[in-house]
Amino acid sequence: MQPFRSHRGIVALLDRANVDTDQIIPKQFLKSIARTGFGKSLFFDWRYLEDGASPNPEFSLNAPRYAGASVLVTRNNFGCGSSREHAVWAISQYGFKAVIAPWEDRNGVRVPGFADIFRNNSVKNGLLTIELSADEVQQIFDWTERQVGLEATIDLEEQRVVLHLDEAEEAFPFEIDPAVKDHLVRGLDDIALTLEHADAIAAYEARSS
Amino acid sequence: MGKTLFEKIWDRHVVTDLPGGDTLLYIDRHLVHEVTSPQAFEGLRLAGRTVRRPDLTFATMDHNVPTDADRLNVKDPISKAQIEALERNCAEFGVTLYGLTDTRQGIVHIIGPELGITVPGLTMVCGDSHTSTHGAFGTLAFGIGTSEVEHVLATQTLRQKKPRTFRVEYTGRLQPGATSKDMILKLIGLISTAGGTGYVLEYCGEAVRALSMEARMTICNMSIEAGARAGLIAPDDTTFEFIAREDRPFAPHGEAFEKAVADWRGLPSDADAVFDRTLTIDASEIAPQVTWGTNPGMVVDVTGCVPEPHEVPGHSAGDVRMALEYMGLKPRTPITDIPLDTVFLGSCTNARIEDLRNAAGILKDRKVANGVRLIVVPGSQQVRKQAEAEGLDRVFRDAGGEWRFAGCSMCLGMNPDQLKPGERCASTSNRNFEGRQGKGGRTHLVSPEMAAAAAVEGRFVDIRAWMKENAYAAVS
Ligand code: SF4
Repeated sequence: MQPFRSHRGIVALLDRANVDTDQIIPKQFLKSIARTGFGKSLFFDWRYLEDGASPNPEFSLNAPRYAGASVLVTRNNFGCGSSREHAVWAISQYGFKAVIAPWEDRNGVRVPGFADIFRNNSVKNGLLTIELSADEVQQIFDWTERQVGLEATIDLEEQRVVLHLDEAEEAFPFEIDPAVKDHLVRGLDDIALTLEHADAIAAYEARSS
Repeated sequence: MGKTLFEKIWDRHVVTDLPGGDTLLYIDRHLVHEVTSPQAFEGLRLAGRTVRRPDLTFATMDHNVPTDADRLNVKDPISKAQIEALERNCAEFGVTLYGLTDTRQGIVHIIGPELGITVPGLTMVCGDSHTSTHGAFGTLAFGIGTSEVEHVLATQTLRQKKPRTFRVEYTGRLQPGATSKDMILKLIGLISTAGGTGYVLEYCGEAVRALSMEARMTICNMSIEAGARAGLIAPDDTTFEFIAREDRPFAPHGEAFEKAVADWRGLPSDADAVFDRTLTIDASEIAPQVTWGTNPGMVVDVTGCVPEPHEVPGHSAGDVRMALEYMGLKPRTPITDIPLDTVFLGSCTNARIEDLRNAAGILKDRKVANGVRLIVVPGSQQVRKQAEAEGLDRVFRDAGGEWRFAGCSMCLGMNPDQLKPGERCASTSNRNFEGRQGKGGRTHLVSPEMAAAAAVEGRFVDIRAWMKENAYAAVS
């Protein structure tokens, strides 16, 4: 896995909440036994017209202003539903390096912006998921709509998203689990790391059998 | 301070604490299916790694398999390649496979309990979000992605952050006609599809204790639809009786079973255990539920109406408008006015023997309404065999339904069973996402009883009133 430190790229908007993994990559593309080739099928049913080939002009990511975008900003509960890692592969292979979604306050309870399994799968593939407040995300939506080609820098080491507005730079700090940050910054291979604990695993097995 | 069921299981499975706050957790059982495993086995191969515990790893094929009589002849070449890849991988890595021709093949979450692979107090994973189903046995079971599948294959462990706990108590008893499907849909309607994110749910209370294992599995199955990766129900005599019943080759037997039961009795949450969140629902007030939108939180009582865009808690008016447009529904339409083209009885949520019995009870000596197609897909070959021994297949066939072989079928339409664009389906499955059952297909999630009655009437009916009018007494 490639280490993730800082990334600058064009911001694209997807104005929908509860985007499920069936939408991110529909089932017919899960039949592949490869780990690559999913980018062209990302958001397939929204992205293409009936013929499955012509871009749907109504779908936001098809807008020329978002060509080459690498930072996806969307609404709450992104990636819910199925555990398919193909969803993360499709987002990464399309070219996104980070997804930003809002956490929500529901009667004092903080509801995460991303579904659990999706977030875990993202970490394993070096795709950064960032949670901001609903107001901050709305702010990014407004700025992005106003400024064509708006770029953002995702600075993982400093834990901030910087929006490069024409008039000024605006930064939002974000929180991230230290273990996840460490994993992404160093681009680590989980299995190799865990195998360093082979003795502890064997001891556990001896204990519990 | 006492411990919750979750904490007891978690603590038993800690291999070591990792820097950064994660835990290395031992995994007791790993279930594998054809869709989420090929890249994981390929990863092992590329790294020159082996499966650490093939004896704790069990595979079957369910998502891609056709469910008609010609099912052994998989015509879609890509599905076929995926099925063959699983056969090759299991042979190469020494993993037990319940393949297409096996009498115990079926949906992964249905065969686990049938085979006795699922028992209380374990950690279980599968590259499938509905692994939460197994939590009905008081076992910590959750879905993982393909990278994690590879990690478990190689190490028999997972690096995990400890989730929080959320206790959902159902007081009172269900009304006749209301089911465990309605209990879980009601909950999701209340807390939304994100409300359980980051938590392990524990379902308890009088209404839960009164449920059979089949019905408990339905609740735990849909924990993921509330955003929770896992749902738990404390093991009790109902659990032990289920495990002792029938041929469960991997469950403990004889003296080992008695010893295990003694241990399992210590698992339930202590009286003074503290949960991070709690919620109480009066089960006696739960009406049969019907989803009207494009996620399981978009749900209403059968006596209700399709809502106005601004009146759905937890959803923006824009999202509701998009959902209604996709579903082809207008606000204020009574749910019982919604006509149907298709009724799907199946999936890991509701295709166990009891589900089929309940649906057959309603379809017996009745006919499916004109223009409605009924597909009945047992969850496993074992369920199919049992249903045929009880004559349920004849009830479905006589009513005009199709009786199929085991598989995921129209739950996700990755196989030949799909809705056509615009078709409207009453489904006993778990997801009403756009396109889930076929591109442009419109899914309404309901219980098996509600689905069967909808098949007879060609539209949704309140099963409680319907049972009274038809002088029908619920089987369970
Ligand atoms: S029946 Fe549906 S939900 Fe269950 S495992 Fe199969 S596809 Fe997934």
